[in-house]
Amino acid sequence: MTAPRLAIHGLKKSFGTNVVLRGLDLELEPGEVHALIGGNGAGKSTLSKIIAGLESADAGEMRLGDNRYRPRDRRGAQAAGIVMVLQELTVLPTLSVAENLFLAALPARAGVLDRRRLRETARAALERVGLRSLDPDLPAVSLGVGHQQLVEIAAGLARRGHILILDEPTAALTGAEIETLFALLRDLRSGGTSILYISHRLDEIALIADRVSILRDGQLVATLPVRETTRDRLIELMAGAPALAPTSAARAGRGELALRLSDVRSGGVVRGISLDLHRGEIVGLGGLIGAGRSELLRAIFGAAPIDGGTMMLGREQEPFAPASTREAVARGFAFVPEDRKHHGLFAPLSVRTNASIARLPIARFLPGVVDHTTEAAEVTALLRQLQVRYADDSQPIAELSGGNQQKVVIGRWLGRDVQIWLLDEPTRGVDVAARRSIYALLRERAAAGQSILIASSDYDELATLCDRVIVLSNGVVTGEFSPPTLTPEAFMAAAFRGFEKGAAS
Amino acid sequence: MNPRFRSYSEFLFLALLLALLVAFFGILSEHFWSVATLQTITNRIPSLALTALGMTFVLVAGGIDLSVGSVSAVAGAVFGWAVADHGLGVGVAAMLAVGAGLGCGLLNGALVNTFRMPSFIVTLGLLEGARGLAYLVTNSQTKYLGERLGALQATVPVLGVSAAFVLALVLTAFAHFVLTSTVFGRHTVAVGTNEEAARLVGISPARVRMIVFAASGMLAGLAGLCHVARLGAADPNAGSGLELSAIAAAVIGGTSLMGGRGSMLATFVGVLIIATLEAGLAHLGVTEPMKRVVTGAVIIGAVGAEAVRARIASRRLRLGA
Repeated sequence: MTAPRLAIHGLKKSFGTNVVLRGLDLELEPGEVHALIGGNGAGKSTLSKIIAGLESADAGEMRLGDNRYRPRDRRGAQAAGIVMVLQELTVLPTLSVAENLFLAALPARAGVLDRRRLRETARAALERVGLRSLDPDLPAVSLGVGHQQLVEIAAGLARRGHILILDEPTAALTGAEIETLFALLRDLRSGGTSILYISHRLDEIALIADRVSILRDGQLVATLPVRETTRDRLIELMAGAPALAPTSAARAGRGELALRLSDVRSGGVVRGISLDLHRGEIVGLGGLIGAGRSELLRAIFGAAPIDGGTMMLGREQEPFAPASTREAVARGFAFVPEDRKHHGLFAPLSVRTNASIARLPIARFLPGVVDHTTEAAEVTALLRQLQVRYADDSQPIAELSGGNQQKVVIGRWLGRDVQIWLLDEPTRGVDVAARRSIYALLRERAAAGQSILIASSDYDELATLCDRVIVLSNGVVTGEFSPPTLTPEAFMAAAFRGFEKGAAS
Repeated sequence: MNPRFRSYSEFLFLALLLALLVAFFGILSEHFWSVATLQTITNRIPSLALTALGMTFVLVAGGIDLSVGSVSAVAGAVFGWAVADHGLGVGVAAMLAVGAGLGCGLLNGALVNTFRMPSFIVTLGLLEGARGLAYLVTNSQTKYLGERLGALQATVPVLGVSAAFVLALVLTAFAHFVLTSTVFGRHTVAVGTNEEAARLVGISPARVRMIVFAASGMLAGLAGLCHVARLGAADPNAGSGLELSAIAAAVIGGTSLMGGRGSMLATFVGVLIIATLEAGLAHLGVTEPMKRVVTGAVIIGAVGAEAVRARIASRRLRLGA
């Protein structure tokens, strides 16, 4: 038997304490379209980045044919014939389409750009992706996102790889463009190119892929011929064995209605979401990356515009449409952003300033003047209550560990009269002890009658912390579970549902 | 080392620099120690200090205001036009002048917020536009006001310093209080440090920006009045280049051009350093071109030395920890 084109064995990768790949194996044959699927955090993106030279592995081996393969960077991978089309567009908007295609190797004579040759080769490359009528001299910015994506793919093909990695290539494409892409992929396959195809869209995989590899928790679960498997079997394999039994203590029945969303739309990513949140309830938002969870939370908080639908607050169902975050905060909302470093912290400022910024104590008789003594006392009490480890409350918060930073980012709201908490991945990059105390804090808030809406990519977190879990998929609600009905399979099936054909578009 | 102590040591460093300058000029020029010198310096201070305070607000909030020199000229021009052409009282005219400054500031803030333009560009536009306005209002002529200034030219008894100088001192103290001890001051620092994080804790960055630009415009208006009071005339050319001196004073005082960091007291020391330098060099008979070369060198030297000091301090901190 001949060696596979690309063989991966025992690949390991960690980011800090976060283990992403735990000894992963994978084999890629010549002339196949090989789909890669898995839930959030399964390791698909990290794996593809390592193959494409964008990340380096901590341990394990990759072989290209009979040779060891260890790319130093993206260029190294390309030299070995491996090309990755990145999910985020890397098109430079002010350059022409042709220039974008051949940026890495612009044809030139004595250092002067050879425009004619550039245009000709660009036209040939565009023809391959079905963009025959596209003028290569147009500035890339004038193209729609779908065409930009096809240009990216054309650029990848122009580099003449024999392994092509595509990460969610159809996310921004229309039906006709997808047809073009698939025809192209079949063409490449019959020419011997191996294609690693990452996608959430199981129906697409059934159409285009020959084999499919399922990843879970940084390991390969199985590699199966697509023809011999079913959608349900794939979801079962991605979900794995039932995880922890839901342990959230049954609480007294739901309280009054706190927030009702009806058909809320925002920015093309949130595409008509309705849900109810009650007092004293912890509701989880689950789903794949790109499902619209963060965007929904931001829209509710007034940080992103709402393009349609209505929101109503409280038992009286007062209409609520915040024009700013300031207004949302005044109405009793608290927000914890996903990206702590860039959106949560005032990194160079002191722990104290970071802890008190959402509610500064005002001096008696002097409106608008901060009462420094009370501020210091309140912050000290807060930090003790949350068991934050710090040296001095005037030290920059950047010096604290991630878990302690996050306690401050959440705790800064405790001084306010919060009614509804919106938390986006509140335990990401947080150590186990801090995570536990954050859960305790949230349960305590709920017990006090406050409502909590929490987006998380961590299934166990949703299963153990939440009273209800709502699954978003491709911008719509595709499932709702309370602990007894929540299983990993059902959850995973709902998470993929919005990306299937015939699902809301 | 905690940040409060760090800022004390920074302040000490600035005071030392000022003392060195005074000693230097005192040794080189026998006439430096005189009432006349003190008056030269205290005359120079008010308009520079007022604009530098406004500039510090804007810089801490993460913006920049290049229009302050021109805006101060507009305020002076409005004052001259009201008093000389329309015979209005000094009080009313002064209010109109400060109002004109405030109006320019509000315009800056509104343009930055509405069109999400960088404040550098917007205020660069007003640097040009407001200067033109000052010429239009005065018909491109200097309006001599002389005796009619009345109370504006008052000096404080015993000390012999101008009322404008006292105003600058009082406003420095007030601005310091606002930046360090009010909710608005805290919000300004927050917006300048991380605008998105500030927005996500419910602060309105647009509102903060509006207020700092309004304050900067109003202070520039007051600076224009101080200038008129000193010269006894409304000159449409007044305050040209003032924005750069104000930025220099703020930066010497340790204000970050990236936002989020600055101190009003340190800015005031920066103003003192610039005023002392100018007066001292004049005493030494240094020519105007040479004065500018030396001033530029001192700006770079002061900021560079502070950067080196901060790096050494943080290295010592790390070794000590």
